[in-house]
Amino acid sequence: MNTMVRHVWLYPGLIWLGLLGLLAATIGGAYGGWGEISESLNLLIAVLCVGLIGILFMNLGGASVLVRLAAAAGMFWLLFAFIMTASDYLTR
Amino acid sequence: MSETSSALLREPWTDVTRQKEADSFGFWIFIASEVMFFGGLFLAYAVNHYLHPHAFKVAVQHTDITYGTINTALLMTSSFFMTAVVRGAPAQMRRTTLIGLSICAALGIVFLVVKGIEYREDISKGLVPGAGFPLEPQAAQIFFGLYWIMTGVHALHLFVGICLVLIIDTLVARRRLPLNSPTIEVVGLYWHFVDIIWMILYPLLYLLGRWS
Repeated sequence: MNTMVRHVWLYPGLIWLGLLGLLAATIGGAYGGWGEISESLNLLIAVLCVGLIGILFMNLGGASVLVRLAAAAGMFWLLFAFIMTASDYLTR
Repeated sequence: MSETSSALLREPWTDVTRQKEADSFGFWIFIASEVMFFGGLFLAYAVNHYLHPHAFKVAVQHTDITYGTINTALLMTSSFFMTAVVRGAPAQMRRTTLIGLSICAALGIVFLVVKGIEYREDISKGLVPGAGFPLEPQAAQIFFGLYWIMTGVHALHLFVGICLVLIIDTLVARRRLPLNSPTIEVVGLYWHFVDIIWMILYPLLYLLGRWS
């Protein structure tokens, strides 16, 4: 198998299999396999899927500093919105 | 500058490398703004889930996990093909690019068809906020309000993505868009972003609290 075929098909294929594996795991967990922590694990798996797609499929891992800063800024303000809202509702 | 490079170059850029960097940077700023758009909806979900945990648990049990899971697998698969397109196009893999884009568009259309079938069943069960809403407690209407808004806006984004993919597929097929054009990469980024939004919607609307 030449380098280009590996780059174009094999590596993304492995990530795709990983994503499908995570999908199977999260369904298994939601059917009660993980008990009380199933909700937390469902969300953790969603974050893992987002990370795999963002870093490997969208190539954030190999992107320039400028591009990574733009992506980080979006996540920062999202986090900021959640923290500010939680500081109200969770302290009432 | 090579002939292919000069064909890609647009004002005000003087070299293709910087133009590609600007395309990518500009698009990531757009994605960051989209994160804030969907973030507001996720925040509304989080607050209302906190305020009405029982109503949300009841409501989740009335969404159809089979359709949701099929659609999640469809989008994961489409992202795989889009990655092959974005990696293969600059290497002048023309067939890979054309077939990959066609498969992405087809998977996107199947997603919308499945979603349409699911919407039809939801409507037939009366799961639309308003008079005659069948679930108790009534706060379950808030969940379904968010369900319709979030999945509807996501479907609209996916529809735009399908149109973009079909346009660049046609342009590449007619050799009016070079394979190493940054446009293919940018459309790929948009497609993956729409996929990412669904990866978050899936547990929120189909999994959390289903069997606990």
